[in-house]
Amino acid sequence: MQTLGLAPWLVGLPLAGAAVLLLGGRRTDRWGHWLGVLASTAAFAVGLVLLADVLRLPADERVAVHSLGTWLEVGTLQVDAAFRVDPLSLTFVLLVTFVGTLIHLYSVAYMAHDVDRRRFFAYLNLFVAAMLLLVLADSYLLLFVGWEGVGVASFLLIGFWDHRRENAVAGKKAFVMNRVGDMGLIVAMMLMLWQVGSLSFGDVLGAAGGMSTGVATAIGLMLLLAACGKSAQFPLQAWLGDAMAGPTPVSALIHAATMVTAGVYLLVRSAPVLEAAPTAQLVVAVVGAVTLLFGAVVGCAKDDIKKALAASTMSQIGYMMLAAGLGPIGYAFAIFHLVTHGFFKAGLFLGAGSVMHAMDDSVDMRRFGGLGRALPVTAVTMGLGWLAILGVPPFSGYWSKDKIIEAAFVGEGWRPWVFGTVALVGAGITAFYMSRLFFMTFAGRRRWESEGEGARHPHEAPFLMRLPMIVLAVGSVALGGLLTLGGGFTTWLEPVVGHAEHHDPVLPVWLIITLTLVLVVLGAALAFRLYAVQQVPVEPPASNALVRAARRDLYQDPVNETLAMLPGQVATRTLVYADRTVVDSAFLRLASGVRRAGDGLRRSQNGYVRSYAATTLGGLLVVAAVVWALAY
Amino acid sequence: MTFPWLTALIVWPLLAALATALTGVGRGRPAATGTGAGRFGGTAARVVALAGALVEVLLLVGAFTAFDTTRAGEHQLAETHDWIPAIGASYAVGVDGVGLLLVALSVGLVPLVILAAWREQGGDDSRLRRYLAVVLVLEAFMVAVFAARDVFLFYVLFEAMLIPAYFLIGGFGQGAQRRYAAVKFLLYSLAGGLIMLVAVIALYLQVPAAERGPRTFLTENLTGLELGTTEGRLMFAAFFLAFAIKAPLVPVHSWLPDVAENATPGTSTLLVCVLDKVGTFGMLTLCLPLFPEASRWAAPFVIVLAVVSILYGAILAIGQSDLLRLVGYTSVSHFGFIVLGIFTFTSLGTSGSSLMMLNHGISTGALFLVAGFVIARHPARSQRIADYGGLRTVAPVLGGTFLVAALSAAALPGLATFVSEVMVFLGAFGRAPVAALVAVPAVVLAAVYVLLTYQRIFTGTVPAHLGGDAAREATDDGTPPLEDTVSRTREDAPVRDLDARERTVAGVLVGALLVLGLVPGLALRYVDAPGQVAVELVGESDPPPVLGAQPVDARPTEGSLS
Repeated sequence: MQTLGLAPWLVGLPLAGAAVLLLGGRRTDRWGHWLGVLASTAAFAVGLVLLADVLRLPADERVAVHSLGTWLEVGTLQVDAAFRVDPLSLTFVLLVTFVGTLIHLYSVAYMAHDVDRRRFFAYLNLFVAAMLLLVLADSYLLLFVGWEGVGVASFLLIGFWDHRRENAVAGKKAFVMNRVGDMGLIVAMMLMLWQVGSLSFGDVLGAAGGMSTGVATAIGLMLLLAACGKSAQFPLQAWLGDAMAGPTPVSALIHAATMVTAGVYLLVRSAPVLEAAPTAQLVVAVVGAVTLLFGAVVGCAKDDIKKALAASTMSQIGYMMLAAGLGPIGYAFAIFHLVTHGFFKAGLFLGAGSVMHAMDDSVDMRRFGGLGRALPVTAVTMGLGWLAILGVPPFSGYWSKDKIIEAAFVGEGWRPWVFGTVALVGAGITAFYMSRLFFMTFAGRRRWESEGEGARHPHEAPFLMRLPMIVLAVGSVALGGLLTLGGGFTTWLEPVVGHAEHHDPVLPVWLIITLTLVLVVLGAALAFRLYAVQQVPVEPPASNALVRAARRDLYQDPVNETLAMLPGQVATRTLVYADRTVVDSAFLRLASGVRRAGDGLRRSQNGYVRSYAATTLGGLLVVAAVVWALAY
Repeated sequence: MTFPWLTALIVWPLLAALATALTGVGRGRPAATGTGAGRFGGTAARVVALAGALVEVLLLVGAFTAFDTTRAGEHQLAETHDWIPAIGASYAVGVDGVGLLLVALSVGLVPLVILAAWREQGGDDSRLRRYLAVVLVLEAFMVAVFAARDVFLFYVLFEAMLIPAYFLIGGFGQGAQRRYAAVKFLLYSLAGGLIMLVAVIALYLQVPAAERGPRTFLTENLTGLELGTTEGRLMFAAFFLAFAIKAPLVPVHSWLPDVAENATPGTSTLLVCVLDKVGTFGMLTLCLPLFPEASRWAAPFVIVLAVVSILYGAILAIGQSDLLRLVGYTSVSHFGFIVLGIFTFTSLGTSGSSLMMLNHGISTGALFLVAGFVIARHPARSQRIADYGGLRTVAPVLGGTFLVAALSAAALPGLATFVSEVMVFLGAFGRAPVAALVAVPAVVLAAVYVLLTYQRIFTGTVPAHLGGDAAREATDDGTPPLEDTVSRTREDAPVRDLDARERTVAGVLVGALLVLGLVPGLALRYVDAPGQVAVELVGESDPPPVLGAQPVDARPTEGSLS
């Protein structure tokens, strides 16, 4: 593979872009955003060159590692600065750079009126570099550098408008919860080095089969913990909704299309470990299934368009996790859904950004309505994304999500019935909340003022914003079908995830497809009745307990506060108090004891010769007594 | 006869200190009069001190070129001269890779501390002159103590260092309780030091005079002695106590936060980042080789103390309201990591700890000095975190450098501290898996204390006493920032961003963190061999991987290309 040496440039180009923009300061304000676009585009071009090269090779030669030399060599540890180019990493490279470049373009217009646009592009480039390092790294340690790097970029971008306190808090929350997950990756690395003596993918995954089940389970669960933090999966999901405080292009790129799917990447990459640990695999599937429903339920109750999309992202990643937990039959579909989701969800977010742009940054869907006529391009592109996420044939989502539902029905015992049903029901709920979002925004009566105080004058976004929306909409329509042609995508991933034997689901495939479509139609029809035909109240109505709980994200924040923050604060206050009153004061008391002893002894130094003579006599008597005692 | 690099590195700062002090001669007491002559005197002192410190850096470069990295595990640049022949004490200096890095840390930080102190000491030039002279004296001691190869010389320097440090805290500090803090520091250190002295003498008497010729205090002569179990353990305990106070481990740490709060950030930098490393350096280069049996015996206890320190320091840091005190507590946590790595007796752990001694110095130095820049921007020089807000908007470079320094305290990958921390974790797991696992939540606690601090000082709105204006706060309830508001705030900002001098200080440190984070090999080659030597001397070896030697990657697709 002649072009393999280009792989480091994928990381280097956007990193250089970020460095120039951050160090260049305000001198680069005028053209900085175009440099950002250029860096991302260049990375995409490199990705294409690599793809063309890989495609010319036979399938069994498509995994290659390019090493820049030793990164770290000390004692028993050796880690190369090595980049792994294979169908899995290339898939991510192309997704990240293509969607990333479109979102860079969109941001040129979206952030046009922000004085800090250059800083925004610096962070975006930093994110792209870190994300590409994450997917290209050939060892867990180097992956971790990218893994935390995207966490920092995410922190910086969520808190981009940090003069508002709640944005800064949201950024911090995201980073800290991610760090909780990162503990898992650190522990997993400890276990790997202890077992294998290496952290490179080749060594660790090659040795996974030789590990005891217990060790493999521990590593698998630790990797899952890491994945839960990064991908906002239950129980570490609480940061994603707040992360919507970031500018909308950030939500589209980082918190929908790419970074949050890194957990799925990690698990699929570590597939041999999971296969050696059936329990861990089952837990992965359970976490995916729980999050799938959790996000879907929350999505139904959110009136904030971005938070509804965030809940949807969480739920869709739940599908991917579920697939990753199903074993070899699921890996390829997890990644397939990840790719199609990256397109249609990014498109939906960019559409939401366009709506916000038109509505003076309002996000309250109860005050939208009837925007279809004012924003035709946005309505159509979002509409195509909506059909894709619903899984309506022949749109993209159908090809990927339906395969996951089918795979969930494969197996023995209770599992296919539980996982299959969850996946099936999830599809129905998805249809409901996404239709709700679409109808509340574009259909029905308009619920915003067109004149007077607080008037809105919705207008279609500029061309630079429309173009990426249109391109992503085309992807939402066609990508799924194109990649399915001749089993193309699963075959493409085979060199990495292996060949999956065909298994028959416990229900006939035609029945599963029919059931899914019926549920989707029912969900969408219900939403149509409630939000397009009936009037949507401007104020959220008092509702039943489930809706109220879903509006508050099923009480995730109170739960976290009770279980983690409150005990933490109590512990902190107690220790701060104890440090002064116990630890420090023990030594102060020791010091004052010495002083008191000195004061007492000082009294004997009274200046009277007679008392000194008495002391001397007393001393002599003691010495004499001791000598006498020792002698006899 | 080669050039005595280490002696030159020790003597030169003393000469520079003298020259700095002499710039004030014949100028009276300028501070009292505030005349032009006073200003000139102050400038001369600054320039002389800085030039002296920079020449010292050149000497350091010379020492590095003379050092052979392929033999980093041995003492090099060695010089030995009789000092007190009657008792066998000698002036013996020499450094292995770890010692050289710590000398480099001392020599590298001093010019930055001098630059950072440029406008400190309340504009009193005569005070500043004396401050800078004492800093240079301390530099000489710091270099000497890391280079000492004679236990007696080490002890004398260990104690003598306290004198300049005492004056830096008590005489030139900025806190109201600086004298209290200085006395506390002095008493803690002296208590530990005196107990160590007993052990030094006891150890000296253990040398069988007949076999090894006249008794000496040279480290190599004291290594490998046949010590009785009890004697060895008692001597170990005495050495360890002195070092544990220095490196502060919980529960003998409580002098450090008081010092950090009351000393100037520059003093704290030298104290916490360099001087305290004598503690962990002593554990690594004296406790382990001199008392291998006792070290192995005490390891479980020490590891527990280290893990407690890691978590305790981090939790206490979260609860602080004083910015400099907070940085002090983060160091308690980091010293816990260093001690943990040393006492796991794996080459990965000991090398990781050695590297962490350097990296923590750079990282915490950056944090202290940039925190000092923050405080210098407050009209009343408040150290209370709650008195700040929104500084990133008005001083972006200050915000950016603080964030990098803060994230380095949380061991962010890509920054130097990550490499050392992960090495300690990985090394510790091989020997003491439970301790390593219990210490892992520190990475979350670290994220909390750095980001909470950053959030409070640099985000939100600028408070009125820092010149925050109402117009900006008005944008707070929903509308995005308007161009005119933001730009106006920037132009009229009463809080200025870092100037060229401050940028130099912050830039050098942040640059070092990045370079050593991206190319860790630059520093690793100095700590790799000493780490292995330390493990051998303590009589342990690295645990092999459970699944045997590294498997050769068997998959056919692998490596068939590239």
